[in-house]
Amino acid sequence: MIFTKFIGFYLWFVIIFSIFYKKRVMNVDAKQRELLQLIEKNGRLDISTISNLMNITQEETSQMLKKLEKENIILGYSAIINWAKDADEAAVTAMIDVKVTPKRGVGFDKVAERIYRFPEVKAVYLMSGVYDLSVSIEGKTMAEVAQFVSEKLSTIDSVISTTTHFVLKKYKHDGLVFSDQEEDKRMMVTP
Amino acid sequence: MISVKEKKNYLSQHVQAIKPSGIRRFFDLASSMEDVISLGVGEPDFVTPWTFIEASYHSLERGYTAYTANAGLLELRQEISKYMRRRFQVTYSPEEEMVVTVGASQAIDIALRAIVNPGEEVIVVEPSFVSYAPTITLAGGVPVPIHTQPDQEFKLQPEQIEAAITAKTKALLLCSPNNPTGTVLSKQELVRIAEMVEKHDLLVISDEIYGELTYDEPYTSFPSIASMQKRTILISGFSKAFAMTGWRLGFACGPKEIIAAMLKIHQYTMMCAPTMAQYAALEALSNGAKDVMKMKESYRQRRSLVTRSLNEMGLACHLPGGSFYVFPCVKETGLTSEEFAEQLLLKEKVAVVPGNVFGESGEGYIRCSYASSIPKLEEAMRRIQRFVQSLQS
Repeated sequence: MIFTKFIGFYLWFVIIFSIFYKKRVMNVDAKQRELLQLIEKNGRLDISTISNLMNITQEETSQMLKKLEKENIILGYSAIINWAKDADEAAVTAMIDVKVTPKRGVGFDKVAERIYRFPEVKAVYLMSGVYDLSVSIEGKTMAEVAQFVSEKLSTIDSVISTTTHFVLKKYKHDGLVFSDQEEDKRMMVTP
Repeated sequence: MISVKEKKNYLSQHVQAIKPSGIRRFFDLASSMEDVISLGVGEPDFVTPWTFIEASYHSLERGYTAYTANAGLLELRQEISKYMRRRFQVTYSPEEEMVVTVGASQAIDIALRAIVNPGEEVIVVEPSFVSYAPTITLAGGVPVPIHTQPDQEFKLQPEQIEAAITAKTKALLLCSPNNPTGTVLSKQELVRIAEMVEKHDLLVISDEIYGELTYDEPYTSFPSIASMQKRTILISGFSKAFAMTGWRLGFACGPKEIIAAMLKIHQYTMMCAPTMAQYAALEALSNGAKDVMKMKESYRQRRSLVTRSLNEMGLACHLPGGSFYVFPCVKETGLTSEEFAEQLLLKEKVAVVPGNVFGESGEGYIRCSYASSIPKLEEAMRRIQRFVQSLQS
């Protein structure tokens, strides 16, 4: 594996889940929520660990996971990687404020879709406030991101303006701190 | 030439009479080794929630570095009063029935010193926290152990109190949820204990430091039992549920005459609890409930993980109702607590605390703390299982 060559990067498996998916809302019960919270923190927990933590059987655990996957509440499993530690793969991230004119009968959703279908786009949110869409883009270089903004994003009909902010340093992402992990500072044995 | 007489012993006799803690030896041994996973720690693995730390910073920035009132910041006592009513259904006056101390440990110390006359007896429910008996001795009292039984989940039986009573019995020291067994006494059980306390005119020191950390039944605070508030000194603090061990902040609530006596000792020997810690605690009570809930949820899950794993590998233990300890039996292995703990440490590098350090009824058991990360707990369970298997072959 190419990744294992690089020391010191953090591999965190997370789960991306969305309670609201295409307006279909499922009633998530307390046990399901507990499971979601566990795997959101660590998507690599194996079935036996989850069942031990939740005090249920392994069978119940896999059934529950299957159901949550089927319902699209669990959308996928991925890793959070600190690419800054890999000199060859280091990427630049930009957050772009986009103002749009929604088309009659189409609204923001269609414009958003035109944007989020580009693979370079990592996230798109509809915002309240002075601009409409917040678009997060990742590229190899600043030039690559700039090119995408000028050639693809700003040329979309409904887009009125874009303001691009490049990320200089990531401190925390999805609840995880990017600095080196803190060690246990407790004494070995205490009463 | 000056002849040197036999070297004079300057140490007081009652201090010499106290045995050093049995935990010390394990601490030294474990600390000298590398790659040890410790389940021997009596404190949370969580760092103090940031908002408490930040509030303490802010108090320092504003220059709140002086002493506070002996009993602690009035604002803090008012918050403690509200918290105790909200969470534990007990009502204490912040002005007269409360003192903020340097950890729950100091609260226990001044409680004992305030009530014990030389030679009077204090009943201790064993297995117990290692400090109780020595603190009673230092207060001039005599600790009288009650040995609770594993087949009763180490729950104190009222008849045991009756059997331990003498003319000199002054007080009963309760700890529920218990360190090291994790046992929690139910309301019904406490009511029966209360009858005994009433019958024999005892005082109760109720150490409820783990009271916030119970996982199954709603928790019953001892003074919430009818007519027990006037006989009880309730001890609690911020170390465990709020993950604030190093801040050293606890408190005692009780009848105003007793609190006044404790305050007398406190003002002459301690002055007041650390000011910056009091500000952190104020934030903990005002805005910390969410953080406490999160940590508690995590303990509850790990309790299940560890209890299941230990039972599966043949180290039987009941599902403890509270605290963050499990107390599995190691008698099946044929080893004593000490032998088990020492060999486990040397062979598999897992530190646990041998049960006998918590009193003789802890012999044949070990205390495992589940206040550790899930990967560490799982690795520790693998190592313990390997060790147990190696004993069988």
